[in-house]
Amino acid sequence: MQISDLPKYPLSQDEITVINEVIKKYRDKKGALIPVLQEIQKNIGFLPVEVQKKIAAELNIAEKEVYGVATFYSFFSMIPRGKNDIRVCLGTACFVKGGKKIADKIQKELGIKPGQTTLDRKYSLQVNRCVGACGLAPIIIINDKIYQKVKTEEVMDIIYSYNK
Amino acid sequence: MPEKRLISRSISVPKNLFPLLHDKKVPYNSASIADMIYRQKPPGKSSESIKIHINNKAFFTLPGKSVLEACLENGIYVPNLCFDTRLKSQGACRLCVVEIEGMPGAVASCVTAVKEGMKIKTDTPYIREMVKVNLELIISDHPLDCMTCQACGYCVLQDLAYIYDVKDIAYSGKVHEKKVFSDNPFIRRDNEKCILCGRCVRMCDGVVGANAIGYAGRGFESEIIPAFEQSLLDTDCVFCGNCISTCPVGALQSKPYIKKARIWETEEVKTVCPYCGVGCVLNLQVKNNTIVNVDSDIGGNPNKGNLCVKGKFGLDFVSSPKRLNSPMIKDKSGKFKKTGWEKSVSEVSSKLGSIIKKYGPDSVAVLSSAKCTNEENYLMSKFARAVIGTNNIDHCARLCHASTVTGLIPTFGSGAMTNSIDDIKYADAAIIIGSNTTEAHPVIGYELIRCVQENGLKLIVIDPRKIPITKYAELHLRQKPGTDIAVLLGLMNEIYKNGLVDRDFIDSRTEGFETFKASFADYSAEKAAGISGVDIDSLIKAAQIYGKAKNALIFYAMGITQHTCGTENVMAIADLAMMTGNVGRPGAGVNPLRGQNNVQGACDMGALPNMFSGYQGVENDNMRWRFEKRWEKTLPNKNGFTITEIIEGAAAGRIKAMYIMGENPMISDPDILHIASALKKLEFLVVQDIFLTETAEFADIILPGACFAEKDGTFTNTDRRVQRVRKAVKAPGLALEDWKIICMLSSAMGYSMDYRNPSEIMDEISSVTPIYGGISYDRLEEEGELRWPCRQHNDPGTSILHTINFTGGKGRFIPVTHTPPAEMPDDNYPFILTTGRILYQFHTRTMTGKVKGLNEIAPANIAHINAEDAESSGISDGDKVILKSRRGQITAGANVDANIKKGVVFIPFHYADSPANMLTNPAYDKKAKIPELKACAVKIMKV
Ligand code: SF4
Ligand code: SF4
Ligand code: SF4
Ligand code: FES
Ligand code: FES
Repeated sequence: MQISDLPKYPLSQDEITVINEVIKKYRDKKGALIPVLQEIQKNIGFLPVEVQKKIAAELNIAEKEVYGVATFYSFFSMIPRGKNDIRVCLGTACFVKGGKKIADKIQKELGIKPGQTTLDRKYSLQVNRCVGACGLAPIIIINDKIYQKVKTEEVMDIIYSYNK
Repeated sequence: MPEKRLISRSISVPKNLFPLLHDKKVPYNSASIADMIYRQKPPGKSSESIKIHINNKAFFTLPGKSVLEACLENGIYVPNLCFDTRLKSQGACRLCVVEIEGMPGAVASCVTAVKEGMKIKTDTPYIREMVKVNLELIISDHPLDCMTCQACGYCVLQDLAYIYDVKDIAYSGKVHEKKVFSDNPFIRRDNEKCILCGRCVRMCDGVVGANAIGYAGRGFESEIIPAFEQSLLDTDCVFCGNCISTCPVGALQSKPYIKKARIWETEEVKTVCPYCGVGCVLNLQVKNNTIVNVDSDIGGNPNKGNLCVKGKFGLDFVSSPKRLNSPMIKDKSGKFKKTGWEKSVSEVSSKLGSIIKKYGPDSVAVLSSAKCTNEENYLMSKFARAVIGTNNIDHCARLCHASTVTGLIPTFGSGAMTNSIDDIKYADAAIIIGSNTTEAHPVIGYELIRCVQENGLKLIVIDPRKIPITKYAELHLRQKPGTDIAVLLGLMNEIYKNGLVDRDFIDSRTEGFETFKASFADYSAEKAAGISGVDIDSLIKAAQIYGKAKNALIFYAMGITQHTCGTENVMAIADLAMMTGNVGRPGAGVNPLRGQNNVQGACDMGALPNMFSGYQGVENDNMRWRFEKRWEKTLPNKNGFTITEIIEGAAAGRIKAMYIMGENPMISDPDILHIASALKKLEFLVVQDIFLTETAEFADIILPGACFAEKDGTFTNTDRRVQRVRKAVKAPGLALEDWKIICMLSSAMGYSMDYRNPSEIMDEISSVTPIYGGISYDRLEEEGELRWPCRQHNDPGTSILHTINFTGGKGRFIPVTHTPPAEMPDDNYPFILTTGRILYQFHTRTMTGKVKGLNEIAPANIAHINAEDAESSGISDGDKVILKSRRGQITAGANVDANIKKGVVFIPFHYADSPANMLTNPAYDKKAKIPELKACAVKIMKV
């Protein structure tokens, strides 16, 4: 993934307020970078590039420093978690029974790749290795609910049923 | 011409250096190793040195060095990949392992300090095995495409693989896919080839201070990239290319030079950068008469191997198709027609001859050039005085540092930098006033930044703009343009009040302090802050820092000199330094930074209306007789005209003919409309240059000169270092070295000048110029550089001036008073305009204008305006604006800039299509005749 390919996820007013407050709280403290990143990650769920740039400017830290820390700890992410988490199994059984097609279809319809989140932050997509339910292949899991023997034509209906 | 080398940058590891290879002759590159072996001389036995044993032999070294350095300087090779003398060691590659008695296992020698009596083994079977395993690990994750890699032939990893015979990849683990970044004009980063030695990051952070690149990701996936993978153009990268110079492999490459040549096809010529006064030594790599790459020896020279974007990437102008390649004569219709040397020389000599005859020699004026060599400037001075018979000779130093000379000679006795660049590391505090160091003298900027980070040097920046180096400053005092004296007097008052003056120094080394005291007596911090607009607490703190420092330096440049009170500004600096005793020691002194590559040399050589070479006054009979004897000619005995007066004279019809070598007053001088009308009035104008400059357009005859890369000679840099300039390529067409042109002309005018080469000219210079008395080409060849004063053939030269006595005996305090700029803002012209340089262009862009990459980054003129001012004038970022002064108007882009003080507008002076000097005020300093380029009143309007 190229960072430049990342969409600019819009932030809500509340989120922006939270970010500003966190930065303000730590502005003149030493060694504040990691706590700032942690609090923002905890509250917003991710660290947008713009926010990292803002942190760099306000805390007077080089951008590359902020980015280095943000990419070093797996705890931090630059992609938000979607409200709904879709996982498609691509283990051998699911793969041959149409899992690949399902994954392709979701990617096309939602316009995101595995590991990404839609711009409206409603869905994120993940592909999995075998989850141990091969008998029910192909399967997808949405927010811990397992859907079995999913047909390609039906998959988007299932997904959009979360779109409330 | 240079010798043909087999492999550039490589040197054979002498047999005894590397026992492992005793019978193989291995071409070895690692620039750092080469330099450690050849440059850093082992200290030998002395009271400070300590004794260590390497491979059972005793050696001496100095405490504080690493084991690796001690080995290398004593000629014992230890492999290394992440070490560079310029950087703090990090111990990342583990190739430099050695065994040390009393320490378990193998230790990384680059991060282990030497200790008295240490017993070190560098070449045991255990060590050899470890190095090989480490190399295998590195190579297992490195693409093996040496055959197409630009670094092939000078890659350290390739050499080490060859030496240690690493071919099979022992650990065929995962090889990663990594990214290539090349979305900028100069630097290509191929992270597939990166071995994560971290040198580029340490360079960018620790030396350059740009913080443009860093580690991202973790573990196996980590790579070095600009933040957010953005283009380097969007970071604070200054495109110095120093990361490239430190990269031991092919991961970082100079984009413009890729695929130009394999390194073994090139010849390397060591010469000096043609841009600023730092005088960086460049190695030009040449193939088929073209410069195909530029680098610099690591460790030595003023620049230690560091360069800036202009020296590294700014040399395309040499082979520009726009170069003048034939003499040209303007015909009746005003068009230039090409002609040969014979015709043009006889034309110039007969025209000049008849003008001299008709109006006398003082109707002719000569402008010499800070871009030309010492030898050429000396000949030009000789030509003006002995051939034409006038002292009307000057050059652009008038526009930059004339006030340094008029300010420092009465106080110190010498107008040059008192210290050397290598000296910065001994200072505890430094004031930078009126110098945008990182942009105008980048390599000195790096050294300051490095010392701030490594030695805790405390920087005080006094500048109206938040210039880049303020990022590393302890304090930033933002004065209004033209109020420097008030700030300096305020500092002196505080220092005196708090008893921080150096009484001993004042009593034993200086005179006039008691009378001088009145100057600052009523400049309380409140008053100084009130006049200048600086923050009063910062002013008080600054006085504490400078006053209490053991050793403190002051750096200044055009922000001080280009004022109607330039001379007094400089004197105030000298006064401040003397009253705190900060002169004449390592890390203590006053340092005017000279702008052009050889502006120091042009002054030294007497391209001045009142001095022969070596600052020997033309009105001083004894000094003049010396030259009359040597030149076998009676010489004019009255001071000549300065540039400013020459232009005045031309406008008034007193000056009838001018001969301009390598200068472009049509852009660089104030109020250029006035200059144009003056040049038009001349009966005869000869311009000798490498391009058809704005000034050359006015010429009757144009003579094509050779540029720095096409001639032999010497330049003298800002810290008085005389260094050799060497010919690397042939000049285009009929273009000739400037010294040859002067010789031809002179001979044609009946005064024979017959030198076979510049070395003979230097011999003549040293015979009449005491401060250059010990300088010869043979010595320069051997010793690399000599700093004047260097009076005898066995004089090692002088790195610090005024150590025991001032050049003028005692230092003299000279009273100063604050005088506001000649033109102050008013209702019609409410802003103060200040002009200056930017990193990516140089002077009038005659050279940088021909370099593609530089103009991609800085294509057009931008006026920088404070945010509040912009708002009240209805201007937003990116607008086109008109700037208007009492003398003219220009258009430029607008940049709304938080780094500008309210009420101030900054504009670079480089651009001919938007010339800042259309606006500037030619009002000048009475003593130095330097114009006030740093302050005039303007108004701004949106287009
Ligand atoms: S070119 Fe200079 S500033 Fe840019 S990344 Fe390299 S070292 Fe840093
Ligand atoms: S790019 Fe070169 S200098 Fe930088 S870490 Fe990689 S190998 Fe080292
Ligand atoms: S700092 Fe000056 S001398 Fe050195 S490379 Fe840059 S322009 Fe040339
Ligand atoms: S392959 Fe999908 S559950 Fe096993
Ligand atoms: S040179 Fe010592 S660890 Fe790399």
